[in-house]
Amino acid sequence: MIKSATGGWTGKILRVDLTAGTSSIEPIPEDWMHDYVGGRGLADRYMYEEVDPTVEPYAPENKMIFATGPLTGTPVPCGARYMVVTKGALTGCITTSNSGGHWGPELKFAGYDLLILEGCAPKPSYLYIYDDRVEVKDAAEYWGKGVFETEDGLREELGIPNLRVACIGPAGENLVRFACIMNDKHRAAGRSGVGAVMGSKNLKAIAVRGTQGVSIAQPEAFMKSLWEMRAAMDTDPGKKAFNDLGTAATIDMTQSFGGLPTRNFQEGQFEDFENLNGVAIRDTRMVATKACFACTIACGRVTQLGEHADKFMVNMHPRNWKQAGEGPEYEAAWALGPDTGVGDLDAVLKANWLCNDLGMDPISMGSTLASAMELYENGVVTDEQVEMPLEFGSAEALVRMTEATAYREGFGDELAEGAKRMGDKFKHPEVFMGSKGQEFPAYDPRGFQGMGIAYATCNRGACHLRAWTPAIESSGQADPHTTEGKSEWVVEEQNKSTTHDATGICLFVGFAGASLESMVPLVAAATGVPYTLDDFVHIGERTWNLERLWNLNAGMTKADDTLPKRILKEPHKTGPSKGVTVDLDAMLPIYYEHRGWDSEGVPTQEKLTELGLGSL
Amino acid sequence: MPRWCTTVVLKKGAESPTTVGWKIRSQTNNQVGLERTVIMQMLKIVPEKCTGCMQCELACSWVQTGMFQPSQSLIRVNVFDEEASYAPYTCLQCDEAWCMNACPVNAIGIDPSGQAKIVIDSLCVGCHLCTIACPFGTVFTLPETDKAAKCNLCGGDPACATACPTDAIEFGDGQQAGEWFEQWGDRVHSQYVEAGKA
Repeated sequence: MIKSATGGWTGKILRVDLTAGTSSIEPIPEDWMHDYVGGRGLADRYMYEEVDPTVEPYAPENKMIFATGPLTGTPVPCGARYMVVTKGALTGCITTSNSGGHWGPELKFAGYDLLILEGCAPKPSYLYIYDDRVEVKDAAEYWGKGVFETEDGLREELGIPNLRVACIGPAGENLVRFACIMNDKHRAAGRSGVGAVMGSKNLKAIAVRGTQGVSIAQPEAFMKSLWEMRAAMDTDPGKKAFNDLGTAATIDMTQSFGGLPTRNFQEGQFEDFENLNGVAIRDTRMVATKACFACTIACGRVTQLGEHADKFMVNMHPRNWKQAGEGPEYEAAWALGPDTGVGDLDAVLKANWLCNDLGMDPISMGSTLASAMELYENGVVTDEQVEMPLEFGSAEALVRMTEATAYREGFGDELAEGAKRMGDKFKHPEVFMGSKGQEFPAYDPRGFQGMGIAYATCNRGACHLRAWTPAIESSGQADPHTTEGKSEWVVEEQNKSTTHDATGICLFVGFAGASLESMVPLVAAATGVPYTLDDFVHIGERTWNLERLWNLNAGMTKADDTLPKRILKEPHKTGPSKGVTVDLDAMLPIYYEHRGWDSEGVPTQEKLTELGLGSL
Repeated sequence: MPRWCTTVVLKKGAESPTTVGWKIRSQTNNQVGLERTVIMQMLKIVPEKCTGCMQCELACSWVQTGMFQPSQSLIRVNVFDEEASYAPYTCLQCDEAWCMNACPVNAIGIDPSGQAKIVIDSLCVGCHLCTIACPFGTVFTLPETDKAAKCNLCGGDPACATACPTDAIEFGDGQQAGEWFEQWGDRVHSQYVEAGKA
């Protein structure tokens, strides 16, 4: 038996060879735990050590790492997160997809910080983990089934009511480039196609039950900091608002700044935004709020279609949806709503549930469909090629094409490749709205200038969770339309959010009265390592540079740190962001300089040495 | 910070039969249907407020084991995904406690405050009869000792109630054990009746 770490960490890795169906447990080097904290950082370190960056995402040599942080599974508010790290099917970059729910803590309770999957199962299989007992089992019965059915089925088959399941849906099996890994039915490790990588490994699901505990190195100090953090959050108005309206409340904010991308980023405001915002969801379709593990906010929307369940019955694969489900969150509501021009909440809700059940990222789904709609309206895609008119605002097309994409039926086969590959194929690459092959999330960089540099430089392709500049640009701390100070802020925020991800705590505590600073004493007390805030920023920077090195080795260059022409050259004609374009040429050199990288975006030896990466 | 966070971790159950329940029971009127004359403190659970975050399980396991280990928690949250409903449940501290009556060795007593039925570890022989007798399934056995374990209200400061972020679990005055549960049961029952009519 391997000696476990003092606290926070379990100090153990579960390594599963899917090709052979065998598993082993190994210790994590102590200096790696200290240098990378856990979660995303530690998993990145293993990726760097073990996976050749030039490998094909679907090759058996690509590995998948599921990583929890030292605070995952503790009562620190929102200590629910785990990170999936692999080479993304959509981007070809190192991808770090984060999810909440209850699966991550369960993996921790089973006794592991990290789960590393290698090879490729010879036939459809699922992985069953009950503490030390690990089996690769036959999943023929579940292959082809949706996420909801798979989770219920596994719970029944294994006879464990508390079983937690992370699985892929038909989209992952059919290698849809933006397939997710879904856990607890509605929580997703969503972006960059981690589900497709899992599908390429013939792995349908990972079913976990853990009965062990997470110990704490300094209980008294930990509990003191925990209750300080809870008290700070309880009195914060942000927490209450977040619980009341959920993430979709953001629609009103982005709309008011002209930063709500509409009809594939052709406009910055959406006329029907009030049909889809937090108030509309709460008042019309929400039946309860739901929390992830240890979450004191509960931003999750439990929604019910009720008598509207039969609307848009264009499905070829009928589903029984009389019961309650979850969502939409802000990003999904935007991508399936304003970006495709659909202002009908029921259609958006239905497409969102389809994405959840079929295991697809609604951001990329909506955005890719929006690109296809632009191609259709411009006459590039003709009526012969599609089963129904792909007009902006068509609720029927939204619901049906979501389903067709997961099954790669008809034109869905093109959509399943993502907007970049589809745009290239139809010789109109300009319809792709994203960066490094990944579609943009729901903030128009012309409304929030800082998002331009944040999207262009993000290691996993366009992402809003690494440096969310509306935090300063919507609050009056910075002008949303100028470049001044944005690069510097983004560098700092990227470093901080990286360590935040590594702790296993949800980034959303930042909207509810807590911050990375609140995590420092908690991680220190849990692990017994006397971390400071400076250490955390330094660790974030180290991890960010490590990811950058991996991407450079994978063949990325400065040319990939870019944005589509529409963002750089074509301003909106109306609204608050009228006339603004993103001045990336001004921001990128400052970003590189601030990072300690050379003019080609390569980390200097000096910087690497400073970060303790000199030998890599 | 609540007291339970830093007090020495409570032992599962009590060491010795300091107060065996019968004396206190005779002071109270435990005949079914008659009103209690003694006001006591009890856990009240409002399932509608629960968001399924498991903070109660974490707090309970902390008190039991000094670790965060929900599998050892004596309060459990039942999740009904399809109905969007979460139901934390734990011992109701019944007036007429079936676990206590079933125990052949009097290893279940009433704690000195008169509020909780507790397992006396030194007497428990691990026969599991109490777990069978409990109509609510809230008496557990611990695999490592094979002895019974049940909610002891943390000696009068229940960790689950303070840990709950939405006040779905409250610790307050009541007259009859499980009175909150009765209302809940009535509601579920009327729903069944309604469903039968439709």
